[in-house]
Amino acid sequence: MGKQFRYGTGTAPAAIVADTRDPPGRVYNGARSRTETGRGTIVARAAPIEDATVVATATATAAAAAPRLELRGVTSTYREGLARLTALSDLSLAVADGEFVALVGRSGSGKSTLLDIVAGLVEPDAGEVLLDGVRLRAAARLGRSAYMRQRDLLLPWRTVVGNAGIALEVAGASRREAEARARARLGEFGLEGRGDAYPAQLSGGMRQRVAFLRTILAGHPRLLLDEPFAALDALTRSELHAWLLGLWEREGQAVLLVTHDVEEAVMLADRAVVLSASPGRVAHVEEIRLPRPRRRSLVTDPAFVRHKAALLAALGLLDPEGLP
Amino acid sequence: MTEPLAPPPPEPLDPLLPPSPAGWLRSWAPPTLLIAAFLAVWETAVRLSGTPEWLLPPPSAVARAMVEERGLLLANAAATLVAVLVGFAVALAAGLLVALLIDASPTLDRALYPLVVASQTVPVPAIAPLLLIWFGYGLLPKVLVTALVGFFPIAVNTVDGLRAADRETLAMLRAFGAGRGQQFRLVRLPAALPAVFSGARIAIAVCVIGAVFGEFVGATAGLGYLMTRAIAQFQTDRVIAAIGLLSVMGIGLFGAVALVERLVLPWRRFVVRGGTDR
Repeated sequence: MGKQFRYGTGTAPAAIVADTRDPPGRVYNGARSRTETGRGTIVARAAPIEDATVVATATATAAAAAPRLELRGVTSTYREGLARLTALSDLSLAVADGEFVALVGRSGSGKSTLLDIVAGLVEPDAGEVLLDGVRLRAAARLGRSAYMRQRDLLLPWRTVVGNAGIALEVAGASRREAEARARARLGEFGLEGRGDAYPAQLSGGMRQRVAFLRTILAGHPRLLLDEPFAALDALTRSELHAWLLGLWEREGQAVLLVTHDVEEAVMLADRAVVLSASPGRVAHVEEIRLPRPRRRSLVTDPAFVRHKAALLAALGLLDPEGLP
Repeated sequence: MTEPLAPPPPEPLDPLLPPSPAGWLRSWAPPTLLIAAFLAVWETAVRLSGTPEWLLPPPSAVARAMVEERGLLLANAAATLVAVLVGFAVALAAGLLVALLIDASPTLDRALYPLVVASQTVPVPAIAPLLLIWFGYGLLPKVLVTALVGFFPIAVNTVDGLRAADRETLAMLRAFGAGRGQQFRLVRLPAALPAVFSGARIAIAVCVIGAVFGEFVGATAGLGYLMTRAIAQFQTDRVIAAIGLLSVMGIGLFGAVALVERLVLPWRRFVVRGGTDR
């Protein structure tokens, strides 16, 4: 299955070990849903180095290892003219290794702010951000997550491989080396033979796949995806869904996906967190108990529809009693 | 569950291929025809009206002067060309340096930007004689006048270009862990290059004017020097021949900068032709 263990290298200082007991509201469906859905082998991946210490000091199971990313009581405000508005209010959230979490919310619910905070671009006004169990300030969080936005943000003067390798170059690789590593994975991203094309020569779906390649090549254990499919047509989107799931099942990053598309959240995620709008708070957490690998045909499955209805209801878009 | 994605369709049109003969004709025929028509009207009008040659020579007389005096014209054109090229090089170096300084710190921005603007409001006719007094009749005053007029478009365009880098792209790079230096090298500088070339194209054109002006005021060689002497002797055909030569030089230099731009920024043609964003 080509499992890759390259992310299991986090080191947690002793002070953090005490925090690895389950805080209220944090759900680890990692190990459980894996075994339920016949993906038990994946659990082996969730065995970071901290385990020895954790097991020795606390009565922790393997699944209780520090989450890849965790927010505790995060509040974030921003200025708009003279007013000071709250984007996120007392928000707590954790994503474990190999877990796929979707953040669903209407516009103005601070979803993108949340990703900016995890990436280290923004420091929250209150609360803590922990990566691999270590509390880090914004500057220290930079360069630890692979961040992808709705706009592909490809540099028009760089070719496909030049764009895809840019995170590697930031990390210190030479341009030649970065491009070679990008070129080696073109086929996997449906970009075979287009390595030397410029972004302006590509279709929207292809450009987005280059952005994905760039994000994955960054080699980080956390993927922050901010509506990466929103600008694409429905067919391309559904094709990329299947493809992203395949990629994630091989590599097993902790994924935090921001979306306003409820169906997308149910199709992809282990867990969907609904944010209320201004200020953003956790309004509802929906465990998506659908078998993996997920097939397109799931959309008509009663369980799929139930999850979707629950999310729509939490968003206030549906009568909670049932279907529209 | 890794469904392989379909391979992309081949591009139907490769913009890197040289243009077809038809395309070549399309781009060169209009200006050639326009100039030919203009010369024909000029020639006919002068002949029919019987205008004396010292007042307005017909194109044929100008052409004759060009051929007969080619040694003189070319020697002086070479002197002007040297002044233009050296002046442009100085303008480019100074313009880029000042733009980088302005970009580097808000304090330098406040300190330098007014001076950049002032450099453009300095009346060249007033400063050229001063430069002549200070530096004599050699190449240096010509080069300084040329650099002075070419400096402004390069500096201003480069500053704008450096500020034009996409904020979201820079944020993405920061999230990847890029420091200020890497952001500059990987995004801000390449993003500024099209603006730098826009400035350079304007600069090379005004540098030709600057060099000729420097030669008007005081020089011992150059087309500007040749023209002042020819005007004093009513050698109108020679003046117009020099102007024609200057135009050819200007177009050639402009084309050379545009060619360098195409080589340095090969991606630009796709952005323009494809009409995609950015």
